[in-house]
Amino acid sequence: MKKVNKIRMHETMVSYCFLAPALFFFVVFVLFPMGMGIFTSFFKYTMKEFTFTGLKNYTTMFQDPTFLKSLRNTLIIVVGSVPIVVIFSLFVSSQTYEKSAFTRSFFRCVFFLPVVTGTVAVTVVWKWIYDPLAGIMNYILKGAGIIERNIMWLGDKKYALMAIIIILLTTAVGQPIILYIASMGNIDKSLVEAAQVDGANDFQVFWKIKWPSLLPTTLYIVVITTINSFQCFSLIQLLTSGGPNFETTTIMYYLYEKAFKLSDYGYANAMGVFLAILIGLISFIQFKALGKDVEY
Amino acid sequence: MKKKLSPFYIVSIILLSILTIIFIFPFYWIITGAFKSLSDAIAVPPQWWPENPTSANFVQLFNNPALKWLTNSILISGITMILVCATSSLAGYVLAKKRFYGQKILFSIFIVAMALPKQVILVPLVSMVSYMGIHDTIWAVILPLIGWPFGVFLMKQFSENIPLELLESAKIDGCTELRTFISIAFPIIKPGFAALAIFTFINTWNDYFMQLVMLSSRSNLTISLGVATLQAEFATNYGLIMAGATLAAIPIVAVFVIFQKSFTQGITMGAVKG
Repeated sequence: MKKVNKIRMHETMVSYCFLAPALFFFVVFVLFPMGMGIFTSFFKYTMKEFTFTGLKNYTTMFQDPTFLKSLRNTLIIVVGSVPIVVIFSLFVSSQTYEKSAFTRSFFRCVFFLPVVTGTVAVTVVWKWIYDPLAGIMNYILKGAGIIERNIMWLGDKKYALMAIIIILLTTAVGQPIILYIASMGNIDKSLVEAAQVDGANDFQVFWKIKWPSLLPTTLYIVVITTINSFQCFSLIQLLTSGGPNFETTTIMYYLYEKAFKLSDYGYANAMGVFLAILIGLISFIQFKALGKDVEY
Repeated sequence: MKKKLSPFYIVSIILLSILTIIFIFPFYWIITGAFKSLSDAIAVPPQWWPENPTSANFVQLFNNPALKWLTNSILISGITMILVCATSSLAGYVLAKKRFYGQKILFSIFIVAMALPKQVILVPLVSMVSYMGIHDTIWAVILPLIGWPFGVFLMKQFSENIPLELLESAKIDGCTELRTFISIAFPIIKPGFAALAIFTFINTWNDYFMQLVMLSSRSNLTISLGVATLQAEFATNYGLIMAGATLAAIPIVAVFVIFQKSFTQGITMGAVKG
């Protein structure tokens, strides 16, 4: 017993030496600011002022029409993008995973291209595509007879959020497709063949055999896509600055405005904490709802 | 297996082709746009191929300090990559292969922190780096990214594959712990190391939000940030902006295409079984 403890102590010492560099950066640049963020969210904290106000920042939030609007927009983005990302990537992966290695790698590259190209490059080119006068979106849709006159995709509140979701989608499916292709490759082929011999059609094979083994991957994809959509920021900052009339302001963008343009740090941090709790809660519910059949 | 040519199959091929075009088109539009003059870029009907290709955009781009921006991007991504790989592979290795006090709790904290949105800590982070006097330097972007525990998690996943017997026998042969890590463990986790390296490089290159809040003077910007600035200044000079976007995208796309296999492996390993 004594001997075991001694070995364990030695292992502990060694382990912490190995962990020290990573832990140092983690504590200083993640844990500490996280604590600071939570702490200052209970203060009126601006360039000039630092006074304790309790939960006031949190209660103000729900009376702030701009915040409520940005919460609504954020939820629209999440609800609009998550199901499409799952269906889209499921479709592309199921059509490509059985093809040759070259084809697979080609499609992986194609759908990952917008992710790698980077948010800024992708966003500025879409801004040009959406340009009301010179953009090819209006040109093509008019040519095809779908619309009659030019639309201000990003300036019209009817279309702005949808236009943004479309760009978001092109950058959101890359990772799910890679994950799905990998996990489809792991499906037991003999099970699929056995089912086919027994006369199951493609649809049945998919639902009864493939889908259950794709559930863990699907769960992961749903959770990360939700988290990413909740944090939609760069597109807004680069395309619309939250306009017209806050119709495209998201929580992240509003937080950025409050903190870095208006120096209302306490309020911004309260929004950050709220967003973190909201994301945590939703991920938890997703785990409960989707995860009950998942085995780890 | 017989080839089926069901209607569903044909529809899916057509759909896949259309999607492929939609996904490649923006990239095509960036690169061809970079060679269009101010008036050609906004011509209606649009020019599908630059009719009077010009290099004027690139000349103007390099008069803005685009080369400086590119250097900053490479420095930031490169240094972050090296430091993340070094710290994470050491930490991931012991988390997977050692039994020590506080291990479970520590790992749980890493996982929980990873699930939190990074942007939430940005505001306090900015005040912190200002206090440290490194705001508006490349270190303001690099240091916070090293703390992010995803790398530790990924390297732990890869380290699980190291056979314990190998580590035991190294110990019996009298290897020091560090020696064991370098000559026994490292060769085994090398694929993971490569995956993490490439993953970190690409993510750091494209981490626009972090760069935006940390860097401010014109000569300290990264290439992404530079392009965003150009867009704010030259709203509809699309040719110039596309030249910037080309410069921002080409190096990173090249890195991705070359190391695609490692990268894919990193994404898949980082995802399984939480």
